[in-house]
Amino acid sequence: MSVATIEKPAVEAAVEPPQQAEKMVIFAWSGELDKLWPTLILATTGAAMGKETTVFFTFWGLFPLVKNQVRITGENWMQKMLSAMNRGGDQHLKLSKMNFAGAGPAMMMSLAREHQVASPHELMQVALDLGVHMIPCQMTMDLLGLKREDLIDGLEAPAGAATALEAAQGAMTLFI
Amino acid sequence: MSITIAVSLDLKGLSCPLPIARTARAMRDLGPGQLLEAFATDPGSVPDFKAWSKATGNQLVESDEEGGVYRFLLQKKEG
Repeated sequence: MSVATIEKPAVEAAVEPPQQAEKMVIFAWSGELDKLWPTLILATTGAAMGKETTVFFTFWGLFPLVKNQVRITGENWMQKMLSAMNRGGDQHLKLSKMNFAGAGPAMMMSLAREHQVASPHELMQVALDLGVHMIPCQMTMDLLGLKREDLIDGLEAPAGAATALEAAQGAMTLFI
Repeated sequence: MSITIAVSLDLKGLSCPLPIARTARAMRDLGPGQLLEAFATDPGSVPDFKAWSKATGNQLVESDEEGGVYRFLLQKKEG
């Protein structure tokens, strides 16, 4: 009776370097300052680390993409009221807690300047410069009354869930 | 033999994620094997440059600190 010999030590597989995700996709659903900030920090860092990085902006997450000078958006009274009560633009963001009618974000931005922390507005430019793909969700743009010309330049063409999920195949994914 | 540093970045005072984002941006313009040095004051940049080097394959040749300023010497990966 012969005994089969194991030619390669079983531990060899463990020597292989850990698999790194080549891609990262962030679903940016929230539009608040304290949620958009980490979204952009992770997106810029992902791109800096050589990952093909995509941010898919949907629902409340679309409002930070509105140009800062655009005030009222939408066609009917509901969409217009929505924009009146939830001003778009990355310089008009609210905090998810301790907002205090805008005093919270103002204090937060003041602290950021003091500590030389880049603002979401600056990080948005860094992300575009590093080649982060920023895709606004077409369906929620229609629903919330946001047109392509209401949004900042540099974004990719508005698209749907299939585009986002195709990008997310084999990627590290985050929903913020 | 002296070594030539292709780019020197002043990242002093900047906080995460800018030191890494600016380094990555500057590294794109370098050729394989070229050297980049970066000066930062964010203590978080010490583990971050190490992690970035590991993830991207650009070698962290030197990492030291003097008077609260961290210096990183990176070599762009081949190919």
